[in-house]
Amino acid sequence: MVGIVGYGAYIPCYRIRVEEIAGVWGADAESYKKGLLLEEKSVPAPDQDTITMAVEASRRAIKRAGINPQEIGAVYVGSESHPYAVKPSGTVLAEAIGACPDVHTADLEFACKAGTEGMYLALSQVKAGDIKYGLGVGADTSQGAPGDALEYSTAAGAAAFIFGRQKIIAEVLETYSFTTDTPDFWRREYQYYPRHGGRFTGDPAYFKHIVGAGKGIMAKAKIKPEDITYVIFHQPNGKFPLRAGELLGFQKKQLEPGLLVNRLGNTYSGSSPLGLTATLDIAKPGDVVLIVSFGSGAGSDAFLFRITERIDEVRDLAPKTRDMLNGRRFYLNYGSYAKFRKKIRKAEK
Amino acid sequence: MRDVAIIGVGMAKWGELWEKSLRQIFVETALNALDDAGVDRLDAMYVGSMSSGLFVGQEHLGSLLADYLGQKALPAARVESACASGGLALRLGFIDVASGMNDVVMVAGVEKMTDLNPNEATYALGTAADQEYEGYHGITFPGLYALIARAHMERYGTTRKQLAMVAVKNHENGALNPLAQFPFKISLEAVLNSPLVADPLRVLDCSPITDGAAAVILAPVELAKKLQKPVVKIIGSGHATDSIALAQRKDITWLESTYQAAKKALAMAGKKIEDVNLFEVHDCFTIAEICVIEALGLVEKGKGGQAVEAGLTRVDGRFPVNPSGGLKAKGHPVGATGVAQAVEIVKQLRGEAGPRQVKGARIGLTQNMGGTGGSSVVHVLAAE
Repeated sequence: MVGIVGYGAYIPCYRIRVEEIAGVWGADAESYKKGLLLEEKSVPAPDQDTITMAVEASRRAIKRAGINPQEIGAVYVGSESHPYAVKPSGTVLAEAIGACPDVHTADLEFACKAGTEGMYLALSQVKAGDIKYGLGVGADTSQGAPGDALEYSTAAGAAAFIFGRQKIIAEVLETYSFTTDTPDFWRREYQYYPRHGGRFTGDPAYFKHIVGAGKGIMAKAKIKPEDITYVIFHQPNGKFPLRAGELLGFQKKQLEPGLLVNRLGNTYSGSSPLGLTATLDIAKPGDVVLIVSFGSGAGSDAFLFRITERIDEVRDLAPKTRDMLNGRRFYLNYGSYAKFRKKIRKAEK
Repeated sequence: MRDVAIIGVGMAKWGELWEKSLRQIFVETALNALDDAGVDRLDAMYVGSMSSGLFVGQEHLGSLLADYLGQKALPAARVESACASGGLALRLGFIDVASGMNDVVMVAGVEKMTDLNPNEATYALGTAADQEYEGYHGITFPGLYALIARAHMERYGTTRKQLAMVAVKNHENGALNPLAQFPFKISLEAVLNSPLVADPLRVLDCSPITDGAAAVILAPVELAKKLQKPVVKIIGSGHATDSIALAQRKDITWLESTYQAAKKALAMAGKKIEDVNLFEVHDCFTIAEICVIEALGLVEKGKGGQAVEAGLTRVDGRFPVNPSGGLKAKGHPVGATGVAQAVEIVKQLRGEAGPRQVKGARIGLTQNMGGTGGSSVVHVLAAE
């Protein structure tokens, strides 16, 4: 049996509301709130980045797993906001959690699904018997150009998962990936902000891949939506995952525990993984959980889990996702937000 | 002048046709029209396209499309008059056949608009306004039509609800048109609560960005009869221009070019506006349809809003307007719109419009308009 032995989440304490952003650009806040079901989003502090958030989430995963970090044989960080273009995030993370030097590490990038890629690689190596434990992290301080529709959703957060063969809390029943070459969203080298194909990001991109992967894994596992307790889809806005759920035949209540986007925003590589941590926070032994990520470009990774008895022993060992979402938080005005996100800079003396 | 008939029409599903290129969209529709007419050769072709250069980076459309239709050497020309490009192409095709220069002429319109992002598409469409006196000052088409709407509301008491009712009616019709981009009904509340674009116009007051094409085949009436086709004659054609900058009009709520073009077309047809059974008009924005029905003389100046509210322009009203769903529901691939209006009238006059059929329709009128009325083309069609 292979599965998740520990999980951890991290959400920064800063927020900005949709009204605050819309007010600056003279946009209609109500249409974003009603149309995309967005209210506010998380913002990283000026000294936070993909690496610091990956470290926070990973430490919590280790705490829940109760393992010696020296036994982690692989560390993968998926992000589209790695602080360095050349120099891995993974080495800093591995060092910070005490996994070095007997460890394999790599940084991954695949728009919003790099996190589930890291999970897939860690899982695969454990399954192959090459390593005892593998760590997969999805973390992003995602960027949206000022005034672009993306600015209302791009947020920050991280989720980490340790895979192993003993003391499992969520057994992996099945995995499936669905990939095509679909240019719906991209950022070229030296560009600061991503570009997107507007409405093209919907049907031919998000829905085609989420539905393709969702149908694929259910067929592979010979399971129906009604046999699944909870489902998590990538959450670029509040509307898309709800419609994906409808298209695949899920009820809204199956999505609710993992649906964070309306108040968290889209944490890109952390988006569906954070939906999974929030779901693990409330899942009961025997529950079946499906997660389907989506990364532009485009592809989806799907994992089907069955929760074990051990969940009840570990879930309180580290902060829960919704507690971070609803807990201590500070609301920024657009000026502070612009400074935090380095959209404006202090003049050099 | 010879009498001219439309002997074949072609159209395919409109919408966001991301998997088709401009030439594919055109060829599919053009072949439909050739099949419908039952002809396999053309003497000439006119293609309406507003801005293939800005939308897909392709000019020189006449030759390109003739080539891909398998008609190399065909005399083919691209026609441009902003959103009235299709209507003007129809007029040039009509003149060509009527003059005796050519016998079998294809008139098509095509636009592929969704390859651009909304800002780029808005810019491309904005080139139909007066760049020096309007465009450079930052106004876009929703803004220009919003000015017209405001003025109409101030002067004539036209209400926000009356504007919305144009969109509701056109979607009601479009719901019955399987080729429409948005073949579904919308509620009054949905229009009134849709996101604001340019006060007072909201998203659901605006026609969409669309990929699509339309085509008709013209021939002299004698030839049409020989081919034993249902004959729909073009009995009137009118074309007029106006200043393209709104500021240079005497009255921004009055579409003089539409009035002039309709007057000429009706005079040629020997008909009065009351003789016409149905209309396909240029509802690029809800206010446009209100101004158009006034300029055509369906109602007195200033009474367009009230007429819509009273149901005058419904499919079962005295003057059915836009049974196809209009630009609002059917879509608005700009260069194709004027030709698609003729396609709808032909289907209606042949009695082939299915559930949206206007009963007993014998005479139909198309009104296609460029910009905010800087050009208008009107045609009157009649069933034999």
